[in-house]
Amino acid sequence: MIGRDLLGIEDLERAEIERILDTALHMSEIGRREVKKVPTLRGRTIVNLFFEPSTRTRASFEIAGKRLSADVINFSPGSSSLTKAESILDTARTLDAMDPDAVVVRHSVAGVPSRIAEVLAAPVINAGDGAHEHPTQALLDLLTVRQEKGRIDGLTVTIVGDIVHSRVARSNIYGFRRLGAEVRVVGPPPMIPASVETLGVKSYTSLREALDGADVVMALRIQNERLSGAYTPSIREYSATFGIDRATLRFAKDDAIVMHPGPVNRGVELSHDLADHRPSVILDQVRNGVAVRMAVLYLFSGRPPREAADREVRP
Amino acid sequence: MSRILVRGGRVLDPASERDGPADVLVEDGCIAQVAAGIAAEDALIVDASGCWVTPGFIDLHTHLREPGQEYKEDIATGGRAAVAGGFTAVACMANTDPVNDDPATTDFILDRARHDSPARVYPVAAATRRLEGQELTEMSALVDAGAVAFSDDGRTIMDGGVMRNVLEYSRLVEVPIISHAEDRGLVAGGVVNEGAVSTRLGLPGNPAVAEEVLVARDLLLAEFTRAHLHVAHVSTRGAVELIRRARERGVHVTAEVAPHHLTLTDEAALGYDTNTRVAPPLRSAADRDACRAGLVDGTLDAIATDHAPHAQHEKELDFASAPPGMIGLETALAVVLDLVRSGELSPIELVRRLSTNPARILSRPGGTLEVGAPADVTVVDPEKRWLYDPAKGYSKARNSPWTGQTLSGRAVATLVGGRLVYDAMRGILV
Repeated sequence: MIGRDLLGIEDLERAEIERILDTALHMSEIGRREVKKVPTLRGRTIVNLFFEPSTRTRASFEIAGKRLSADVINFSPGSSSLTKAESILDTARTLDAMDPDAVVVRHSVAGVPSRIAEVLAAPVINAGDGAHEHPTQALLDLLTVRQEKGRIDGLTVTIVGDIVHSRVARSNIYGFRRLGAEVRVVGPPPMIPASVETLGVKSYTSLREALDGADVVMALRIQNERLSGAYTPSIREYSATFGIDRATLRFAKDDAIVMHPGPVNRGVELSHDLADHRPSVILDQVRNGVAVRMAVLYLFSGRPPREAADREVRP
Repeated sequence: MSRILVRGGRVLDPASERDGPADVLVEDGCIAQVAAGIAAEDALIVDASGCWVTPGFIDLHTHLREPGQEYKEDIATGGRAAVAGGFTAVACMANTDPVNDDPATTDFILDRARHDSPARVYPVAAATRRLEGQELTEMSALVDAGAVAFSDDGRTIMDGGVMRNVLEYSRLVEVPIISHAEDRGLVAGGVVNEGAVSTRLGLPGNPAVAEEVLVARDLLLAEFTRAHLHVAHVSTRGAVELIRRARERGVHVTAEVAPHHLTLTDEAALGYDTNTRVAPPLRSAADRDACRAGLVDGTLDAIATDHAPHAQHEKELDFASAPPGMIGLETALAVVLDLVRSGELSPIELVRRLSTNPARILSRPGGTLEVGAPADVTVVDPEKRWLYDPAKGYSKARNSPWTGQTLSGRAVATLVGGRLVYDAMRGILV
């Protein structure tokens, strides 16, 4: 079933998502062993192609690959080529010639992983592209909620904050919707994407209304440069209006959990107290991140090369 | 002197409202006779049976990239692409390097065009020095050198006071000011139309209102200054409506629309093909339909390609870094024939928007097959099916969203000033 590349949750069927989550559950057991390594991907080469700086996601993929015994290579054309404007397809062709078994791609602009997938024989795993998708983040969020709540079907999930710039929001909207949850979004109006209802969500301006009856409250990370006037007047006003603390959380269900993709701007998206203690489950998310990425690398890497006829041939 | 007989075609001449079978005799660079059954034994025969014979198309909006960006295109290759697409004249934008903001650069372009281009080239000079939107260019000297209009094109003049002065000053030279109407603050880095598609793609959106705000400003300024405003590449329903109402009030405004805005929507960007990135962006289906309706009812006068060549490596960047623009000279005709096939425009009305109206807007000769007019003639096979491969075309660039598609309709012969410069069998002949 599962396709060749993991470019986004939008492309996945419910059964495919569930298979990845079930596989991740097995993988998480490996992380609890004394010797956290299995030979599953021995002899396989996985390239982390990160155009955009990232420490956490890259480390998570690197650990995931190493626990499966793959050779993991980090390749970051990032900063240097910002000025040089190297063709992304040239970069992909260069990598392709080194015959990797999977390439994990992150880029600050939407669509780069799918363009790279057009020229690469190896499967491409999207590790976050602009404001488009971050599929492994949504998968680890789904896994965490499933562990906490025992199900996804019928839950109400409220995503709070800078929706328009968030790949985490989009991937989670697709994932939670596909598994049967209701998804709401709330944030300062300039941070709500145009026609967001076409994604199958309800959009709110009042945090209180958006949280009413929510099982899951997901606060998004907000970039500091977007807090200083153009989108929202100030950090203070943002945290007063859309910050989550124990008082605002009372609008949600009594057993609601709080999630955040990290790193948390403490006192902005979440109060200090919530960032560290239940009902927030932030460190479980991180832990599940490794398991989900092991599952993804296991399911997607090392497939027979893409048929040459399907690949974009350089004119 | 040479004589050419274009024989057996359907003559479509909007200037004289002629639509019917006739032969066209060309002598000494001019139209000598249009009639049935002309006998001219010594003439070179161009067989136009099954084809339309029209006044040559005139493109109000082309980027030839010379001087300075010859790696993208130059006057020779752009001129060849033009005649291969049925265009006998192109108006070239000023955003070259150096910018066409002084008479020496205009001279250079015209000199190159005389030597290198089979198509006529009409330079559009910058409205402000270095396209910086501050100081006016020497419009009188530039018009004397051959500039036909003024525009800062993609570098919209954001200061309303400067735009007012540009329009006001243009009355001295009586040429149009061409406005690329996009409010930079509202565009805010947007690279696709803002809406469901930008939300799904996760790319920054460029809202329709960014165009409409400046179309409204420029229409009011044109009304206030009584100057001739020409609105480039109209792409939104709101902009069409603003222009329609301004015309009703008697504002001196003309407008053009690009083939891609008449036929494609923002959904073309769903695969992140950077060849679909263009400014203004491909819009919604409602906007596209409003542009079609505006072209049909005359609110939009002309079809202009906004032929914008870029090198392959530039379009292989990520979607936000790839420069906006697509080539269009060689595909425009086939693409806009869609409006004839759909029944929205008759063939002669399409020709009016490709030829007669652009000539009128720029006050240039052409756009007519009347006796004595310069023999700029395009022979069109409206049914010809062909596979479009930009690598086999005449433009240096390949950035087209129609790559690999089978198109219908093609120029099969092009005459400029009475010379056969292109035919489909032999290619460029000069």
